Amino acid sequence: MTSQTTETAVQTSVVVSASQEHAFSVFTQGIGTWWPPDHHILQGELAEMVFEPHVGGAVYDRATDGSECRWGRVLVYEPPHRFVITWNISLQWQLESDSDKVSEIEVTFVPESDTTTRVELTHRNLDRHGPGWEQMRDAVGSPDGWQSGLTRFADQAAASGSARVGS
Amino acid sequence: MKTYDRSPLGVLAEPTRLAIFELLAEQPLPVGELAARLPISRPAVSQHLKILKDVGLVVDRAEGTRRLYQVDPSGVAELRSYLDRFWNLALNSFKAVVEHTGENHDIANH
Repeated sequence: MTSQTTETAVQTSVVVSASQEHAFSVFTQGIGTWWPPDHHILQGELAEMVFEPHVGGAVYDRATDGSECRWGRVLVYEPPHRFVITWNISLQWQLESDSDKVSEIEVTFVPESDTTTRVELTHRNLDRHGPGWEQMRDAVGSPDGWQSGLTRFADQAAASGSARVGS
Repeated sequence: MKTYDRSPLGVLAEPTRLAIFELLAEQPLPVGELAARLPISRPAVSQHLKILKDVGLVVDRAEGTRRLYQVDPSGVAELRSYLDRFWNLALNSFKAVVEHTGENHDIANH
């Protein structure tokens, strides 16, 4: 896996042992099977994650009590090649209702052979979230937060050296 | 000079730079004040500040005869750092799942 950054975007990629179709399918329809479980902004307990497979569709988390958090909207949907969705999550790690303040995620699936696919992810237009790093710091400050996470990350990176993904 | 990972997270993986960044997160400071609070020389602090500036984590401004360093108030670099970490975690998880589910397996309802 490699990762790099430009001024207002984060890019990362991973090569997986799966066909392009399977990789696309698991990434979209199976999003709930791999999404990091600690990273939801839903209030209740997560029941499922849904990726509506068409332009204009929603990407959302649904809680066991039926409430939903619609944190993304599908802008481009071209299976099994690529999709683009919005990221309607604010610096306060809450749902962003202002459509001018959302960033975008583009994911492309490039076949390297019949059984391997390179998945390239770009999260861009981060500047649209506007100023407010202090809120960001506070929002992610605990329990899995910025300060503690950062310190933990640094410890881990220093301890594991080449084991760090993306270096 | 050693090479380093030119991402905000890579830069902050170095403990001294992380310490400088955390001091500046509390308040803007000049080089001399940072050097006084850390067990390293003023030139070493300047070198670390240059690296922090290069990746956009820190900005500087003149105030009278002093040059003050502060964490980038736009927050973009912090957001990038956070998302850099998040997406690496997420894609590793994705890789583990996609390689352990069959091509024809129904993954939609798991």
